[in-house]
Amino acid sequence: MSGPSSPAAALVDANGATGVDAPALEVEHVSAAYGPYRALFDVSFAVPAGSITALLGSNGAGKSTVARVVSGLVASTAGKIKLGGTDLTGKPAYRIARAGMAHVPEGRAIFGNLTVEENLVMAFRQRAGRRRVPESLERAYQAFPVLGERRKQAGGTLSGGQQRLLSLAKVLVVPPRVLVADELSLGLAPVVIEAVYNGLREINRAGTALLVVEQQVDRALDLASEAVILEHGGVAFAGPAAQALAAMEGVLAGRGTRPQP
Amino acid sequence: MRRHLRSRSPAPATRKGVPAAGSLVSVAGVTKSFGGIAAVRDVSFTIESGESVGLVGPNGAGKTTLFNCICGQLRPDDGTITLGATVLDGLPTYQRARLGIGRTYQRVEVFSDMTVREHLLVAERARGAEGRLWRDLCNRASPTAAELARVAEILELIGIADRAEIPVSALGLGSCRLVELARALVADPIVLLADEPSSGLDVTETQELAHVLRALQRERGMTVLLVEHDLQMVADVVDRTIVMDLGAVIAHGTFDEVMADPTVRHAYLGISG
Amino acid sequence: MAHFIGYAIPGIPYGCTYAIVAVGLVLTYQATGVFNFAFGAQAYTSAFVYTKLVQDDGLPIWLAFIISVVVLAPLLGLIFDRYLFRKIPNTNTTAKLVTGIALFVGIPALLPVLFGSANQYNSPSILFNPDTVYFRVANTPINGIYLSSVVITAVVLIALVILMRFTNLGLQMRGAVESRRLVQLDGVNSGRVIAIAWAVSSFMAGLAGVLLAPIYGQLQSQDYATLLVAAFAAAAWATLRSMPIAALVGILMGVADTVLQGYLPASSAWSAAVLPSLPFIVLVAALLLVPGMRQLHDDEDPMASVDPPPPPTVADTRAPQLGRVIRILWYVLLAGFIVSMLSWIPQNWESVFNSGLAFSAIFLSITLITGMGGQLSLAQATLAGVGAFTAAELANHIGLNYLAGAVVGALLAAVVAVVLALASLRLRGLGLALMTIAAAMFFDNSVFTQIGQSNGHALTVQAKWVGLGILNANGHALFVLSMIVLLVCVLGVTLVKKGTTGRYLTAMRGSETAAAGIGINLTWQRILIFALSGVVAGIGGTILTIQQQSVNPEQFNYQLSLAFVVIVVTTGVGSIEGAIQAGMGFVVVQQLLTYLPARYGGSGLTFVLFAFGALTYAAHPEGVLEFQKRRWTMRFERLIFRDRSSTDDPGSPDGRDDGATAGVRAPLGPRSVDGSYAGVATPDGGISS
Repeated sequence: MSGPSSPAAALVDANGATGVDAPALEVEHVSAAYGPYRALFDVSFAVPAGSITALLGSNGAGKSTVARVVSGLVASTAGKIKLGGTDLTGKPAYRIARAGMAHVPEGRAIFGNLTVEENLVMAFRQRAGRRRVPESLERAYQAFPVLGERRKQAGGTLSGGQQRLLSLAKVLVVPPRVLVADELSLGLAPVVIEAVYNGLREINRAGTALLVVEQQVDRALDLASEAVILEHGGVAFAGPAAQALAAMEGVLAGRGTRPQP
Repeated sequence: MRRHLRSRSPAPATRKGVPAAGSLVSVAGVTKSFGGIAAVRDVSFTIESGESVGLVGPNGAGKTTLFNCICGQLRPDDGTITLGATVLDGLPTYQRARLGIGRTYQRVEVFSDMTVREHLLVAERARGAEGRLWRDLCNRASPTAAELARVAEILELIGIADRAEIPVSALGLGSCRLVELARALVADPIVLLADEPSSGLDVTETQELAHVLRALQRERGMTVLLVEHDLQMVADVVDRTIVMDLGAVIAHGTFDEVMADPTVRHAYLGISG
Repeated sequence: MAHFIGYAIPGIPYGCTYAIVAVGLVLTYQATGVFNFAFGAQAYTSAFVYTKLVQDDGLPIWLAFIISVVVLAPLLGLIFDRYLFRKIPNTNTTAKLVTGIALFVGIPALLPVLFGSANQYNSPSILFNPDTVYFRVANTPINGIYLSSVVITAVVLIALVILMRFTNLGLQMRGAVESRRLVQLDGVNSGRVIAIAWAVSSFMAGLAGVLLAPIYGQLQSQDYATLLVAAFAAAAWATLRSMPIAALVGILMGVADTVLQGYLPASSAWSAAVLPSLPFIVLVAALLLVPGMRQLHDDEDPMASVDPPPPPTVADTRAPQLGRVIRILWYVLLAGFIVSMLSWIPQNWESVFNSGLAFSAIFLSITLITGMGGQLSLAQATLAGVGAFTAAELANHIGLNYLAGAVVGALLAAVVAVVLALASLRLRGLGLALMTIAAAMFFDNSVFTQIGQSNGHALTVQAKWVGLGILNANGHALFVLSMIVLLVCVLGVTLVKKGTTGRYLTAMRGSETAAAGIGINLTWQRILIFALSGVVAGIGGTILTIQQQSVNPEQFNYQLSLAFVVIVVTTGVGSIEGAIQAGMGFVVVQQLLTYLPARYGGSGLTFVLFAFGALTYAAHPEGVLEFQKRRWTMRFERLIFRDRSSTDDPGSPDGRDDGATAGVRAPLGPRSVDGSYAGVATPDGGISS
């Protein structure tokens, strides 16, 4: 979709002023809760710059909460979040987004009442700037022709897979510094998942560090170089993706005999 | 159980395409779409009386949609669901509940202004028929001794008698799930539908819940349909497992059988081979 | 055809006024997610200030316009956003509605208090001279009012469509209303966008207010309120979505009005009854026929699960001993009240308390439908009126005893309520509120006024109708009647509340899904609670008219329906105590204010006070008064049990601390516990709270 010398890649370089030393994203001793329901307990990990990190774990382990805390949608109750070395803990979500964070939430993450084009324009105005909107739209339609065919259609009338492509197109065209992709493959047909994953590889090649939240373990590990496994709101494993499969099997097998809290 | 089947069910329905009696619950060719996307596609299975069946599959596989079709919160686009000899199609939720379908919810649905005991009392009252207004006005609506005894029995059975007078808003998620379970059991359901009872629970709470479900099923012969992600819990509780993916049944058999199935390992566990 | 055009053209200015307000409503809803009941009040505020600045302070028109429309109006919107609506989660429809209604009731009542109550006439026009006839179309003179309304409507519509459809800000507004969180992920400061949306829509309201002022000879808040509800109809046909459709329906309604007036015989009952309620018929039709109005709340925020659950309210549990003490106090207070009423309370205060008893009964109907049923009904004064007018008409025409008529009236009110329930079975929240307000305005404009006019405006309740010598001046008969009726109502509501029906309704408020899942028939319960509410309201209405010895449309108009909700929400919609406190508080505050200078007297300041209370609904859905009571009860309880805790733990440094505060607060404790707010007791202390 976009070569290494594309304007998008240049934009990332301009953003990545802090260099390659600092990890793209650092999560340090973070806890979080939804009202009385505590969801995360002292979670720490880092996403190295330019890497792809898979965030794995069973349902309810806290994967989506990590994604929301990182993007500022849910406030952490303790700990620090750093983006490229800059502390962004407690900042509103739009500030974190402007600092180079993109979060594709799970489920329906588009505006159902806005048209496809309006959905894209909303994102590109902030990410690419007003002047680059037409050009970005053009590239989005090139990458996802199905969106081009439906540019005047309300987002809510798209199929689940097309909605997912739309939310991906919003971030793929103008690569951010860090992309948090939450359960992108959820409920999608295998072919569409393949397209989505190719898109993720593409954006990573353009310099974006990825945090990929997934239930499909082997697919995610195939993509990622690093992996974090969450279990009951805490980190059960953090390390190279190559070792994660064994750890994941261990977590699955050990479910009945987990250590008591 | 049989007693209730006889006493509650209307005359056997004679609608088209009703499968032969025998199974307690029969789901035949159920399809449900939302805005052109099929959430459940042509799903068929049966549950025998006293059997415990697990329904597993990745998020978005259509399990909760199927549950809602069985309970009547959603109208399927196609297919037939029967309970005993009764065709449920077209019946509203409350009538299905009175016919003997009890359920718990993935996102806890409790009555926030009530204590635990009040939850059970209202369910005990509602299983029969409407409250009669004249009884209210004659101050004859207080719980009867029989109702209180039955509620006390269920509280004891589920193990929440110690929390009976606490408002549910003061309880944790784990206790709320037990309250939901007790509330469903009070109505003496023919079949219990449990939707991800362990989600959001910690290890101890999950084990407590699994223990209760096991006891219900093994000691009381309760028919259970369980949607669950915690595979250990599924393995502990169920006799038979049905695996769904993308709205369709992809495998069924004993827990060990389906977990050995490569399709299931791929679709659900995301592990190939 | 010439006839038709001749009839149609005079309707256009009215249609334009509907259109401009309808467009403003759609804008606010589209940009902020709030269906702004306060829109008419905001328009009135700007018009009021503008006219006052020009006429009383002699400011030039352009300066007055800048102050009232360019500065004041957006400022008001920003204040609403910052201090009220921003704190309400987008999914809490009831809180948004109640807050809007509180502003609707409070603002027009507040303005005369702040600026003096003199009515204002002949607001200056800023565009065209209303008295100049510029040209003629089909022999109809086109004066400045026509031109102003048409030009302004066109300009406003075009400007807003451009803003919402073609600007980045409009795009962000439409996104933010769908999900405040999702726009943040696109780097948009949603707080700022929503604040701008409030400023723009409030500017619109101010503009509409000032531009429309010359059309009305006299500047009255009622005109703006009625205009607003007519605009609801146009907005509803547009599913609160399309501004051009809203404008079109608005204009058509204005035209249809004058055309029907032209063709229908002038003196027929049809033209008298149907024409004034045309907008409400259009509104009801929209609610029944436009499918989108049933699914207003279906497209929820996709990110709603991010919001934490609402905070728990202050605990409503007390120690059993304290509960017993409070119950005894209530009985003592009741006995004291009855004895006092029969002995030393002066005549004028006795009649004040009497009407308080009647209002308490009417407010009990709100406890039933809103507190227990969880449905916001804006037609409770209307249901009371149905009871009262039925009893009066039956007495008037067939000589039926008024009290027997009250029973028939209450049953008829129940029938009306059931029809309302059936018509709104699939409506929730905003849809139901609009349906009930349409019904209220229909009865207000067509039924009650017709009956009132056919009898010379007000029906005097005659002594022979009532019998029992109640209207004879022998002192306490009215009190005894009102007290017995209220006690019967309280007893009935108490029994229903603690009976099976009450428990089913509590379950339904907690979770409709789970309530149906255990076998509760939601539809039947909903119809039942509407019917009960109608009965109680109808009874309260007849008692009120017996006391006031007349049946008068103004006693039951739709503004009162709204004010009643505001009052009960302040004192506590969830409890029977709340209704009694509301009834007594309403009349006592009103009476006390008559001792102030005339400017503060009347019901105006009363409504302002209760409206302020209702503005806290989002934070204290149990009622701000109820909240304070629970807080004080808890403190009092801690005070009582301090002895025990200090014997348990004599070394506790907190013990001494508590003792010190206890010394200060002890005198306050009992006063707040025994219900000094209402000056009346009920025997329900142990049940309702």
